[in-house]
Amino acid sequence: MKNEWPLWEIFIRGQHGMSHRHVGSLHAPDAEMAIKNARDVYTRRNEGVSIWVVEANHIAASSPGDKGPLYEPSESKVYRHPTFFDIPEEVGAM
Amino acid sequence: MTRDEAFTQFLLRMGDNTLILGHRVSEWCGHAPVLEEDIALANTALDLIGQTQMWLGLAGEVQGEGKSADDIAFLRDVWDFRNLLLVEVPNGDFGRTLMRQCLFDAWHSIQLGHLMKSSDERVAAIAAKASKEVAYHLERSADTVVGLGDGTEESHRRMQEALDYLWPYVGEMFQSDDVDAEMVKAGIAPDPASLRADFDALIGRILTEATLTIPDSAFGHKGGRTGKMHTEHLGHLLTQMQWLQRAYPGAKW
Repeated sequence: MKNEWPLWEIFIRGQHGMSHRHVGSLHAPDAEMAIKNARDVYTRRNEGVSIWVVEANHIAASSPGDKGPLYEPSESKVYRHPTFFDIPEEVGAM
Repeated sequence: MTRDEAFTQFLLRMGDNTLILGHRVSEWCGHAPVLEEDIALANTALDLIGQTQMWLGLAGEVQGEGKSADDIAFLRDVWDFRNLLLVEVPNGDFGRTLMRQCLFDAWHSIQLGHLMKSSDERVAAIAAKASKEVAYHLERSADTVVGLGDGTEESHRRMQEALDYLWPYVGEMFQSDDVDAEMVKAGIAPDPASLRADFDALIGRILTEATLTIPDSAFGHKGGRTGKMHTEHLGHLLTQMQWLQRAYPGAKW
């Protein structure tokens, strides 16, 4: 029998942030306790207004070994960057 | 006993509960079974010490002898403490610590709910601030009691042992005396006995879900909140908590 609690990845939306950001991971027996633990471990200095938890083994990740084929082809395609446009201020943060 | 004398006693009871339990819970710092629980327990302890500062600060004010919250916390001896015996008993294992926390949190949350409507606005303000912290304490301790009670064979056994050990300390929360009568008359605090039904309903739900059995005994230890008689454990706790102020009176940093 496995005695270790599963690992959870913790995402917190900050006071002024717009999206949840990954802040770290912790162990907990279930999702509810993971949220409680996240509250105690990661928001004790008033960092957040919303918490997401995801069990780490539900996250599919790209492999570092595939770095070449995945990312290199875009390096030479500067025309994909919208750096040639002025963004109006009304648009806000993008 | 004047109104202010009774009021001071009442405030000492509130503040000594949170002070002694806060100290007990802080003993887990660096020793909890997992890092997450370690931080959570330390947070709880800090909340309780913060509440102590408010209750004992107000006690000093009402008493009118120029004493600060620190003077009251660090310069009294065992016989002057007015906390429930429940909060001074040693932590035992993690399960017993969380069972004690849950029993206290259940009472504490109900008590603070009443104190938020206190005729004394300073009491109402402290209760309003503390009640948010305590609502979370209760959520956490109740969850853990259910998780361990309705857990493995070993965790269930340990939680039942914890409940059997601690249940005789529960009755003291609901014993009323002259101090309480005076507080009721002034509209400052509720009659402790009047909280029993809400407590039984709340703790009954939690313990049923935890598949634990409340001991069938009406026996209850008492003497803590009146100061008549504490357990031998409180003196040991105070020697640790107070040694610095006792050895170096007035030391500051």
